[in-house]
Amino acid sequence: MIEDKTTLSAVPGEPRTSLLKRLTSANTLWIGLVLLVLVATFGAIRPDAIFQVTTLQFLLAETAVLLVLSVGMTFVIITSGIDLSVGSVLVFASVASAMAMNSVSGGDATNAGWGVIAFGLLVAVVSGAAWGLLNGLLISRAKIPALIVTLGSFGAAQGAALLLNNGSNVSGIPDRLNRTFGSGTYLGIPNIVIVAAVVTALGALLLSTTRFGRYTYAVGSNEEAARRVGISVRGHLTKVYLLAGTLAGLAGFMGNAFFRVAVVTGHETDNLNAIAAVVLGGTSIFGGMGSVLGTVFGVFIPAVLEKGLVIIGVKEFWQPIAVAIVLVAAVWLDQTRRRARNQR
Amino acid sequence: MSQPLLEARDLTKNYGTVEALRGASFTAYPGEVVSLIGDNGAGKSTLVKCLSGVEQPTGGTLTFDGEPLILNSPNDARGLGIETVFQDLAVAPDLDPAANMFLGREILKPGVLGFLGVLDKKAMRRQATEHFTRFGATLQSIDVPIAALSGGQRQSVAVARSVAWASKLVFMDEPTAALGVLQRERVLDVIKRVRDEGIAVVLISHNMPEVLSVSDRVEVLRLGRRVARFKASETSVEELVGAMTGALTQEDAA
Repeated sequence: MIEDKTTLSAVPGEPRTSLLKRLTSANTLWIGLVLLVLVATFGAIRPDAIFQVTTLQFLLAETAVLLVLSVGMTFVIITSGIDLSVGSVLVFASVASAMAMNSVSGGDATNAGWGVIAFGLLVAVVSGAAWGLLNGLLISRAKIPALIVTLGSFGAAQGAALLLNNGSNVSGIPDRLNRTFGSGTYLGIPNIVIVAAVVTALGALLLSTTRFGRYTYAVGSNEEAARRVGISVRGHLTKVYLLAGTLAGLAGFMGNAFFRVAVVTGHETDNLNAIAAVVLGGTSIFGGMGSVLGTVFGVFIPAVLEKGLVIIGVKEFWQPIAVAIVLVAAVWLDQTRRRARNQR
Repeated sequence: MSQPLLEARDLTKNYGTVEALRGASFTAYPGEVVSLIGDNGAGKSTLVKCLSGVEQPTGGTLTFDGEPLILNSPNDARGLGIETVFQDLAVAPDLDPAANMFLGREILKPGVLGFLGVLDKKAMRRQATEHFTRFGATLQSIDVPIAALSGGQRQSVAVARSVAWASKLVFMDEPTAALGVLQRERVLDVIKRVRDEGIAVVLISHNMPEVLSVSDRVEVLRLGRRVARFKASETSVEELVGAMTGALTQEDAA
């Protein structure tokens, strides 16, 4: 009997690490705990203000747009790339979509119906996708570093958006759009948040269960290895930037619905906020590792800090400082862990 | 001997003004272990890259099973059952061994999910475990990233991966270079086992005793040309070294 046991343990049947062990070794869990601790701390100090439906609703709705941007950014950063253009692409898509809706409604789309709204969505998504495709082609075919390509489209998309409407915001967003997707709620959850949640869930599934996701990790982990096993690295990179652009376009449309106006300013640091969220969420800036769930936590940590600090009466200027410390610490941890691992 | 499985004639390869291959020839027969040896810079790695489709030769011809062959990409070679273990391993360090083994050849779930590109991770893990066990790559865990494995285990995974997919020929570029004694023995054992299944193995190595112990034949490359061919059973380390350094040449080798 005892001998049987020894042989069994010597032959690795299916040597899987236990679920608990895998969970605790993942960054995601720790980041999630940080978020939980933050919420609990603020909640303990001011339970009346924090756990108010309107506070939470507002927090979620404001964060929804950034979350959609960050899902796309997660894919990009896992390929060890970067996309600085997402905020500008969002503005471009938002302006293009609002103007398109106005122009098919005779100049003012305020009272437009669902057909016009669907057209506006299409314009937003397609214009976002077009910028993403341009980024992807320049990065994968022309081999220009992603940092430079997207720094270029960061400026170009912003400039193009300003050119479209001569530098001013575009009003005339359909009331119907704002009422349903902007300020509407379902069971107390803002509809815009439901849209963001669905996009996030789809992104998470795409990354963790499909071949597309597997190739995203492979390209970021070792591009040469991916190429040698026959993965079309260029094609895959193009698709990843295309995805990021498309999501930025969708985010632009969500912004229109929420703010009832296509704003041309205020998105200059969206790119940095999205990158910070992704990296906070445990995705490695060196590529090959990361998760959408982590990004969700990473999006909410700065948002909760900001709201929480205001509510408990600390100057909100502390928020960027706190986020900065957590961010740098997260990258430092990731780097040390990698170095320790790779030295074996 | 029977018809060659893979034959290269007068391959040339230039990188700018550098001539890495200057009319190199190479022959591999079915079901044999043939070693390709040569001093540093003799063109071994370049030749293997040309024969596995990673690089395209500037000139010369290839035949495979008697048919003319043009390899435009590693995929062409893989389609013919030719696999390569590269010197730098070329694994994705953040993926686990099973994911690495099936990289580029993922098993998808049946039905609609598969159509959507959903992976059948369980099936891949099971097959990978079976395969690793069969080729003696003992891993304490199948679902840790490759980077968390020791150098020898990483090597075993790379070797096992190529062997799993090869049906005709495997190139192994220095497969034992980073290994300890025990793991080296295991890789040599795998090489013999692969040959016994009728698959040709081309071994690139610097270790002469190892070359003599495992090979059926040895071909020597010097300055981008084939300078000698030996039967492993009829030669010695001294003779091999002589051919590598140019002290000995065979008239009919090129």
